[in-house]
Amino acid sequence: MSQSYNRGLIEDFGRWKEFSAGMWAWIFHKFTGWMLIGYLFTHIAVLSSALTGPEAYTNTIQGLESLFIIRVLEVGLLAVAVFHILNGLRLLMVDLGVGLEAQDKSFYASLILTGIIAVASVPTFMDGVTI
Amino acid sequence: MSTQQQEPEQPESQEAPEDPEMRGAESPVDEKEKQGGDIDQQTTPESELEEESVLIKVFRYDPEVEGKQEPRFDDFHVPFEKGMTVLDAVMYARDTYDSSLTFRHSCRQAVCGSDAFFVNGKQRLGCKTQIADLSQPIRIEPLPHQEVVKDLVVDMDHFYDQMHTVEPYFQNEETPDASDLEEQRQSRENREKVKMSTRCIWCGACMSSCNIAAGDNEYLGPAAINKAYRFAMDNREPADVKEHRLRILEQEHGVWRCQTQFSCTEVCPKDIPLTEHIQELKREAVKKNLKFW
Repeated sequence: MSQSYNRGLIEDFGRWKEFSAGMWAWIFHKFTGWMLIGYLFTHIAVLSSALTGPEAYTNTIQGLESLFIIRVLEVGLLAVAVFHILNGLRLLMVDLGVGLEAQDKSFYASLILTGIIAVASVPTFMDGVTI
Repeated sequence: MSTQQQEPEQPESQEAPEDPEMRGAESPVDEKEKQGGDIDQQTTPESELEEESVLIKVFRYDPEVEGKQEPRFDDFHVPFEKGMTVLDAVMYARDTYDSSLTFRHSCRQAVCGSDAFFVNGKQRLGCKTQIADLSQPIRIEPLPHQEVVKDLVVDMDHFYDQMHTVEPYFQNEETPDASDLEEQRQSRENREKVKMSTRCIWCGACMSSCNIAAGDNEYLGPAAINKAYRFAMDNREPADVKEHRLRILEQEHGVWRCQTQFSCTEVCPKDIPLTEHIQELKREAVKKNLKFW
């Protein structure tokens, strides 16, 4: 009889060097999706400070924006959102059956484009902040 | 049972030296392993080492024998020949060194689909994978996500169950009258459409590579969905049979489980565009349920 024992998962992150483009796209899509959900809650929390009055809201926003870490996180948020959008478009093409042979190339393209956009956004997000 | 588990290459020490050192220009061995070459040349007689050898590491496990229940890897030095496949190498190891080494194989020409192994971290067909294309040492393991029966043999029952769930046979009650010698013709275009999907050899490589199938035991898996595609897209089957097939596929653990990782498409030894077929069936399932006319 066959007997089971744990051979570990092949999608274990210890094997990350062997992952293919499609697998990475899937992992990044899941990861960015969860990040965006997490951001949604903090976004609601910050916005709800307006319930106590306009000054509270302004103070919260100004307080947050003066922090260096928040500016860095904003760049990260943009990168995460852009990747999720671009890979979402790629998945839409896959769902429509368009260009399935080029799915790895479109993944690399969305990664590169995300990088470019994130780097290009740095001057805007980091404007006037001091560490 | 063999008693030479630890050093299976010992009796063949002349053919298989400690260091799998090669002299040939087309040697498949890594650069790293070539560095030890000078020492080896002095210690071993030149004439007896004409052929090259490859090092394979084979997964061993036997639940029925005391002392083999702990999974381990055995090293075998196999003389390399041009055109040698992974299956040839394990067959040589079994025939020459250790007759208890167990694996499935039959036709040796990628038709029977019984020798899918996990070679160097990827599901491949042993008889279709050239040794020369792989980096050494070559790790040969049983297919992941299936239970190991012994050595490289895995339990395929679940895979076959999923294959049978989609009713993998042609269904048409209205066959032409045999007395007229009439045939059930398929158009050339339709044949082209299902051509790739008919290539499936039930080796189970796709199912083993699929992340989703690993986590969801009820998921039909790429092979079964591809099989369903082969018949659902065949226009010789009547419309009600196609609808019946789509009803099986559109269930919770059917086509919608696929998250387009392309793992199956990447490992398929017959180059079937599995993800494409699954995606097309998803669209068919939507079209079937969204009818406004």
